[in-house]
Amino acid sequence: MAQLTQRAATFQRTLSAAAFSVSSTRCLNTASTSPITVETSLPFTGHKIDPPSRSVETTPQELLSFFRDMALMRRMEIAADSLYKAKLIRGFCHLYDGQEAVAVGMEAAITKKDCIITAYRDHCIFLGRGGTLLEAFAELMGRKDGCSKGKGGSMHFYKKEGGFYGGHGIVGAQVPLGCGLAFAQKYSKDENVTFAMYGDGAANQGQLFEALNMAALWDLPAILVCENNHYGMGTAEWRAAKSPAYYKRGDYVPGLKVDGMDALAVKQACKFAKEYALKNGPIILEMDTYRYHGHSMSDPGSTYRTRDEISGIRQERDPIERIRKLILSHDLATEKELKDTEKEVRKEVDEAIAQAKESPLPDPSELFTNVYVKGLGVEAFGADRKELRAVLP
Amino acid sequence: MAAMLQSVRVASASFHLPDPSKLPVFSVCTLPVIRSERSSSLDPIHGTRRTRKVITKAVAAPAENSATAASKPGHELLLFEALREGLEEEMDRDPRVCVVGEDVGHYGGSYKVTKGLAQKFGDLRVLDTPIAENSFTGMAIGAAMTGLRPVVEGMNMGFLLLAFNQISDNCGMLHYTSGGQFTIPTVIRGPGGVGRQLGAEHSQRLESYFQSIPGIQMVACSTPYNAKGLMKAAIRSENPVVLFEHVLLYNLKERIPDEEYVLSLEEAEMVRPGEHVTILTYSRMRYHVMQAAKTLVNKGYDPEVIDIRSLKPFDLYTIGNSVKKTHRVLIVEECMRTGGIGASLTAAINENFHDYLDAPIVCLSSQDVPTPYAGTLEEWTVVQPAQIVAAVEQLCQ
Repeated sequence: MAQLTQRAATFQRTLSAAAFSVSSTRCLNTASTSPITVETSLPFTGHKIDPPSRSVETTPQELLSFFRDMALMRRMEIAADSLYKAKLIRGFCHLYDGQEAVAVGMEAAITKKDCIITAYRDHCIFLGRGGTLLEAFAELMGRKDGCSKGKGGSMHFYKKEGGFYGGHGIVGAQVPLGCGLAFAQKYSKDENVTFAMYGDGAANQGQLFEALNMAALWDLPAILVCENNHYGMGTAEWRAAKSPAYYKRGDYVPGLKVDGMDALAVKQACKFAKEYALKNGPIILEMDTYRYHGHSMSDPGSTYRTRDEISGIRQERDPIERIRKLILSHDLATEKELKDTEKEVRKEVDEAIAQAKESPLPDPSELFTNVYVKGLGVEAFGADRKELRAVLP
Repeated sequence: MAAMLQSVRVASASFHLPDPSKLPVFSVCTLPVIRSERSSSLDPIHGTRRTRKVITKAVAAPAENSATAASKPGHELLLFEALREGLEEEMDRDPRVCVVGEDVGHYGGSYKVTKGLAQKFGDLRVLDTPIAENSFTGMAIGAAMTGLRPVVEGMNMGFLLLAFNQISDNCGMLHYTSGGQFTIPTVIRGPGGVGRQLGAEHSQRLESYFQSIPGIQMVACSTPYNAKGLMKAAIRSENPVVLFEHVLLYNLKERIPDEEYVLSLEEAEMVRPGEHVTILTYSRMRYHVMQAAKTLVNKGYDPEVIDIRSLKPFDLYTIGNSVKKTHRVLIVEECMRTGGIGASLTAAINENFHDYLDAPIVCLSSQDVPTPYAGTLEEWTVVQPAQIVAAVEQLCQ
């Protein structure tokens, strides 16, 4: 049966290729929304909860958009790598390549009214929440057109309209903030949830458990998502945590372990978690994922793990490759079309970088804006109300 | 001057200029604000600096004035009740205002500031938290990011050291690092200062630690009148405000007006006008200074006492005018000598008003020691009225 469909498909493909060349964007627009059911690569593991089923409903349009979005994110991070080495991006730059499936799968399951808050590895989540490439690159390069006007940097991307609350540098501090967002959602009685994301390193922070206790006590619609990439900077998870089963560490709070390299599994888990959290309070999701780069650009990423490990994961579990194989096996697009998408994406990223490079640096007067909210006569005066004038070279 | 003021305050059509002889009376149109004419240095609409005269109207309401002044007699209450009144009025006015802290709800607050509020507003608006300062402060800040206006109570200010990261990074800096996208309208309040033999860890003065955090405002209340006014102003402010109360001042009684009033967060209070020396103080030390002032007046001195109230930023307008008048400054504070509010104020006055000083600024602060338990030792840690009298005598030689 499969052979039959395959032969028919090959026949169809040659026909369509002969008839006209389909551009990948056109492919995306005209892709059908007829449902396809896909099995996730691994089953979910639940802690004090029945895990959702392995069969995920998706559509060709969704799969193609997954591919495009993840390719865009991957391309953006690689471009950021080159920009950092060219010294256009300074300071700390934490790259997300390898973990794109988490961002993309989560977005597919929720709306922009739901809130996401994460730590410093925030570039791709920012994109997922509606941020543009220009805003991202301009912020990385410290330009005026950045999402935080160039004053935040890599670790402080925010998008209020998109429900993206940052972008935080101190490990673990964003989790109480996330529970606060959930508290406000419960207070205003809007039926939305908050995804408070953190890493396996932050999972050992005390404030996380404090916040989890309060979220569970008051049934806040908070979903704590542990992006377990197995390394807290240079320390492997087994060297930092007595119990690396992060989804179980909530104790009385149920948890779910998800294959974080499978965008569809992430989507299923987030959908399940949203329904759960709206009714019953907090739940922990552990996304088993991996980052190809080091912790940040100052970390080569190879002193604490072998290159074989990295290339092994890239070959077997890469999220983009998985979606590519899925698309090809279901005949939703041809190899060439996918390659064209990647080329388009590359062009888009290059254009955005060029545009961001044109963007001006912030005005010196911007040093003093947004320290206080205007209207109280306090415009960044020092304690003695004298404006500090810095002479910039 | 009057015309300029009236053109600026477009919203309140019937705004009467306060009469110097009695307490300000106003007809309520929009938000009534009692402030002296030199409330903010920038014209709020045009952004230009206004020149104005100094009219010392922000006087602490002594009991004898209020009986004769207002059309309605005020009502007498204790400082913690004044705080509660301010908080309750703001919670009635804006449903987004909520209180977060340990034992604020069912217990009514460890200093009774939130007594009865949970029964009136419900458990979600007056939230009893577990003992987790770091995370419940973080939670309040996260809620503020979405538009709620939480009032965080630290049972004792010293406990908020556990939440320092949240207060510094997320409360103070988030408005800046997000490029203005998020405002954090939180109020962080609680009692601090040296009490009656509470021990070192419960007698801390956090204003010295918080003063460098960019993006927050700090105020200290000292009377029921300014406690209620500052509480309301802090809640209405779009900026994060830290309101410092004092453990020993909660039972002060005063008569305050029945009408609604909001004080300016950046204004100092003229407690006692004088000619010979400017004494700058805040919170509990104000009372030690006033006690010393009685002795000084008997000895023939005429001290000008200013309660600075606004710890960040300083009201250098009021302070400067006073320095220009008296040419001598004495700062009396409860912070420690090293890195306290007095240290910053000394630097600020020296830098800005050096030409007007006839003598070096004298700053009396607490000793750089952990507050001891023994009563006599604790007394020697803080500045006492006798020391203030001696310092003034030396300054005025």
